Amino acid sequence: MKLNGAQILVDCLKSEGVKHIFGYPGGAVLHIYDALDSCTTIDHVLVRHEQGAVHAADGYARTSGKCGVSLVTSGPGLTNAVTGIATAFTDSIPMVVISGQVPSAVIGSDAFQEVDAVGITRSCVKHNFLIKNADDLAETVKKAFYIATTGRPGPVLIDITKDATIAEIEYEGYPETIEMRSYQPKVQINTEQIAKAIAVIEKAQKPIIYSGGGSVIGNASEALTTLTRNTGFPITQTLMGLGAYPATDKQSLGMLGMHGTYESNMAMHDSDCIIAIGARFDDRITGNLEKFCPYAKIIHIDIDPSSVGKVVGVDVSVIGQVNDVLHALIQGLKGKTLSNIDTWWKQINEWRKVDSLAYKTTEGIIKPQTVVEMLYEVTNGEAIVTSDVGQHQMWAAQYYPFDKPRRWINSGGLGTMGFGLPAAMGAKLAEPDLEVACVTGDGSIQMMLQELSTMLQYHTPVKIINLNNGYLGMVRQWQEFFYEKRYAMSYMDALPDFVKLAESYGHIGIRVEKEADLKPALLEAFKQKDRTVFLDIITDPTENVFPMIPSGAGHHEMLLAGRDEMASTNDSGLNLV
Amino acid sequence: MRHIISIQLENESGALSRVAGLFSARGFNIESLTVATTNDPTLSRMTIVSVGNDDIIEQIVKQLNKLIDVVTVTDLTATEHIERELVLIKISIDNDTQAKVDTQLDAFNAKIIDAAEEAYIVELAGKSQKINDFINAFDADKIIEVSRTGVTGVCQKIES
Repeated sequence: MKLNGAQILVDCLKSEGVKHIFGYPGGAVLHIYDALDSCTTIDHVLVRHEQGAVHAADGYARTSGKCGVSLVTSGPGLTNAVTGIATAFTDSIPMVVISGQVPSAVIGSDAFQEVDAVGITRSCVKHNFLIKNADDLAETVKKAFYIATTGRPGPVLIDITKDATIAEIEYEGYPETIEMRSYQPKVQINTEQIAKAIAVIEKAQKPIIYSGGGSVIGNASEALTTLTRNTGFPITQTLMGLGAYPATDKQSLGMLGMHGTYESNMAMHDSDCIIAIGARFDDRITGNLEKFCPYAKIIHIDIDPSSVGKVVGVDVSVIGQVNDVLHALIQGLKGKTLSNIDTWWKQINEWRKVDSLAYKTTEGIIKPQTVVEMLYEVTNGEAIVTSDVGQHQMWAAQYYPFDKPRRWINSGGLGTMGFGLPAAMGAKLAEPDLEVACVTGDGSIQMMLQELSTMLQYHTPVKIINLNNGYLGMVRQWQEFFYEKRYAMSYMDALPDFVKLAESYGHIGIRVEKEADLKPALLEAFKQKDRTVFLDIITDPTENVFPMIPSGAGHHEMLLAGRDEMASTNDSGLNLV
Repeated sequence: MRHIISIQLENESGALSRVAGLFSARGFNIESLTVATTNDPTLSRMTIVSVGNDDIIEQIVKQLNKLIDVVTVTDLTATEHIERELVLIKISIDNDTQAKVDTQLDAFNAKIIDAAEEAYIVELAGKSQKINDFINAFDADKIIEVSRTGVTGVCQKIES
């Protein structure tokens, strides 16, 4: 069959089972858009900014577990997409981004809307391709999806010159399989390592399971739950891992790390056996490495060998798909007698009594924590919650206990402000029957505000919970603690009237200033099933995120709300960001 | 410690920049880098000399293995291996110094590949240390130009 490159590309995407593409047209991709227009099985979502396209594809991928797909034009289309690509890369999200490129004959001539897409994205993609020839399209698209979705997932960019989309060639169909000698993502689990891990687990007196984003991305929630229940071990989860194990279960200690719970961090510090599962010992988790888990033998389970030993030396590593490794562990532990850990649980329950998430309420002022707690109540804990980046992100993670995976969607690794709103749109398209709430702040929301328009066009009703404190709250908090309250450029003067703004985009806007109005407003918002509702909630401008491990401190040196109002740090802490 | 890392990678445009970019992005050292196609035209062989402790070298090897274009990564220094580097040196000569230069060339078994009236172009292959010694054997002001290829190497073990 004779087809042009653009038609072949669209057929490839159809064959991959792609249902949604988030994109923005431009000169270099006009042929692709022309081919897409006659395709009935793929819905294209026209965003208002390419960064929004990639974040929406990302939110779609995180929610559905499928590969997100984004389509942008050359030059600024691609550069706008880069922040989204880097966001997906840092959190290992499967995604294929297709970008147009100037015709191959003018590459390198500084042509209109030309950038070196492959060069610019090289350090923030799992892999990228430049296609100059329509003959290479089908195999490359196959490779791109294969690479993006297998092993440790990640974004793959396909940059296609305009002439390759125009050229007509004989198309033999989308390849069914692909072989790559340089990429072998399937890993045989080393049974010796499993045996070693079990030997360590058997001796553990103070064990703890430390589970990360890999448990969510690797669809290992069930196996993780079985392992945790079978062993009776306490479990703590990273910001990226929340939901893989039910947060409301009694074995769950909550999140760990910089703003994790006291019991999680103390248990990590005192533990003699840490089972790290799909987690990468990020600096927000470990705090000061010299003080990190001084007594523990560490078992590290990960799909990516380079994660092992990168930050922290480990005693036993098991490389493989998290789900497969967990099943092997569960099998191997059958019939084994583990140590009695009653004393350990007793100690953990003492730490729990500290109630590190307690916060003081003030008459007449809405506390941001209360908003999240009420959101949980109103949605019965069943919503998909996306967030932006800052204080509100931490409060959402702390006060909305997630019992299921893929319900908590946030930019944990890169920390991209502006992620939440387009991600919510992608999440809603992936799970139209679930409520989607975007917990955001007055700083973050303004970074991707234009997507409100897209959300109207494509009927993706989400509830925007804007914790409006007039500040770049996390910056303000650090300035209060570490810069002697010099609030340099962290105050947001001249905020828009978010209610009118929402209305001008065709949505509902509600401003909430009194605590008494909070619950009715939330109920009203969720009653509006088919509408996007923007709740502009005026919260305490001075509230800080607690508990906190200040940079440079260890897990056992947490600061607690009401007890240590002022955090301090040392020189190495300030250096750490 | 100095390590020689030998990489086989797909002979595709951009593969070199992926490797070079990885080293700069992650703050790894490159002392030298050589690359050329192998007898299999679809494969290139890249040899990198890097310096780092065991943890760093382990990360370098793991990160290289993660690159999609990379087929194999071998730390040659961890096995029996042969390493060689080639240098071309342009040395100025005159009646007073020529005899001395000739003696030095003989001592190192170096080859004159171009002899003009005022300068020799000399070729020498060997381990990096030998090349260093050779360069240092001349008065600095007599050396007009030095061009080294960087190290390449092969594992001595015969693999099936």
